[in-house]
Amino acid sequence: MLFKGNVIKYGANVDTDVIIPARYLNTSDVAELASHCMEDLDPDFSSKVRPGDIIVAGSNFGCGSSREHAPVAIKGSGIACVIAPSFARIFYRNSINTGLPIMECAEAASEISDGDQIEVDTDTGKITDITTGKTYLAGAFPEFISEIIGADGLVGYTRQKLNK
Amino acid sequence: MGMTMTQKILARHAGKKECAPGELIEASLDLLLGNDITTPPAIDIFERSSMGEVFDREKIVLVPDHFAPNKDIKSAQQCQRMREFARAQNITHYYEQGQEGMGVEHVILPENGLVRPGDCIIGADSHTCTYGALGAFSTGVGSTDLACAMATGSTWFRVPDAISVKLQGRIGPYVTGKDVILYLIGKIGVDGALYQSLEFSGDGVAALSMADRLTICNMAIECGAKNGIFPVDEKTIEYLKERVPGGSDAAPDWLFADDDARYSQTIEIDLSSLRPIVAFPHLPSNTHEVGTFGKIHIDQVVIGSCTNGRIEDMRRAAEVFRGRKVAEGMRAIVLPGSQRVYKQALKEGLLEIFIDAGCVVSAPTCGPCLGGHMGVLARGEKCVSTTNRNFVGRMGHKESEVYLAGVEVAAASAILGYIGSPDELG
Repeated sequence: MLFKGNVIKYGANVDTDVIIPARYLNTSDVAELASHCMEDLDPDFSSKVRPGDIIVAGSNFGCGSSREHAPVAIKGSGIACVIAPSFARIFYRNSINTGLPIMECAEAASEISDGDQIEVDTDTGKITDITTGKTYLAGAFPEFISEIIGADGLVGYTRQKLNK
Repeated sequence: MGMTMTQKILARHAGKKECAPGELIEASLDLLLGNDITTPPAIDIFERSSMGEVFDREKIVLVPDHFAPNKDIKSAQQCQRMREFARAQNITHYYEQGQEGMGVEHVILPENGLVRPGDCIIGADSHTCTYGALGAFSTGVGSTDLACAMATGSTWFRVPDAISVKLQGRIGPYVTGKDVILYLIGKIGVDGALYQSLEFSGDGVAALSMADRLTICNMAIECGAKNGIFPVDEKTIEYLKERVPGGSDAAPDWLFADDDARYSQTIEIDLSSLRPIVAFPHLPSNTHEVGTFGKIHIDQVVIGSCTNGRIEDMRRAAEVFRGRKVAEGMRAIVLPGSQRVYKQALKEGLLEIFIDAGCVVSAPTCGPCLGGHMGVLARGEKCVSTTNRNFVGRMGHKESEVYLAGVEVAAASAILGYIGSPDELG
């Protein structure tokens, strides 16, 4: 998959409570969750985000709760991909399972600036900062993870298994 | 090659003799957990994908504890969805509000004897790592993972590396498991154990109560760990005997870390050197020893949760509150972690002590821990809480502040009106 978009940048340890505060977890409606995404960290997020934008953040992105509502809210707000040096492990699983592309790349996460236009190729792991002209290479997914993504997420993968 | 406890459990459940860090495995599951926030999306996925019947109705535990007793109409509908699914699938371990054995999920699963050493457990709740205290591998997952595992009884894991945490010595007065885990998180940071296990061992383990071990494993996630796990000893067996059928034989003979098991690092903690610790906003790693900071006035204290809602915690709190009064203008909220804890606290006269001191005593619920209900914070308010997270907006307004602490510090702070230890009460 190839994405091109503008960068919205955040720091380290962006937790699931700021991605989607628990007070909105009395619903799993995607549009409603998306409308409150990031509001305690960046109140302007839902008004400034454009479809295809890319979040670039510091380490341990998505730490905290197991709420799948977090990647769902991010994806629902139109974010195409999240790039960070590392992700909290439950958030990592949840992103794969719900089809939010995430990429681990410390160099890109530290050098790319807010507002830069970047291009991301999730198949090769290549990240290009069009604004600065620099390119980066993110770690590729393990084969098994690619299989899950290839089956359109964990649900598709599980259905294949149940049908065997 | 030697394996850690976690690696042995995962290998067994993947039908393999051994497994190594980084390996991707498919593991069978002994228990699956969901709550009223994470289960409804899992049910949506399960039904939308026509997954049919759950793989084993006795191995799924559903607990409406987060926004229950229902705090608003939407929450009521989420609980209703879960209840109807539990009925339709004839789920054995569905816990209705108020029913015997009900309470906060991570308090009741061990309490009801559903966790055994050597088990492989997932829960759609990040604090599922609590059950490592009983020598089980247990970890948090999302709703999609829960949905698929409800259908198949298995899930995938990447076999984790491990950090060896060697505990030596004995904890002193007013120091608890909470301080042990806050100290560790402060030392290694909120991602210090990312993707790894925390494997506890050492001479200091024997003196730690099961309540302390449950608290320690509960917060393993707060330094990014996949799971935390304690070796099984006499105290574990004693705990199991009272709760699990055949409990005295519940520990498998293979369940120990090999002498040549490999660890990414070893951390030694001298328990006797620990002092009560407070984690300042807005990260659990932002730790300070009590007595090393100035007066921080607070508006609210919360005692309870899956971290510190057990009977031992209620007893510790009551010792501090006995014969004393909560400071003027302070709200102190005590939430026993389960119906059993509630009843036992009632029998022992602890609830009377709380009420006489001026505390709110609530039904068991996660409630305020995640800013749900029963103690949400207003703009600018500060709260000392025995819960597990102090992120921005965790308990309410984004400009409110949560200070994490153990039970004694929380109770003492409620009386003092500022963050302090029972030593200051005179």
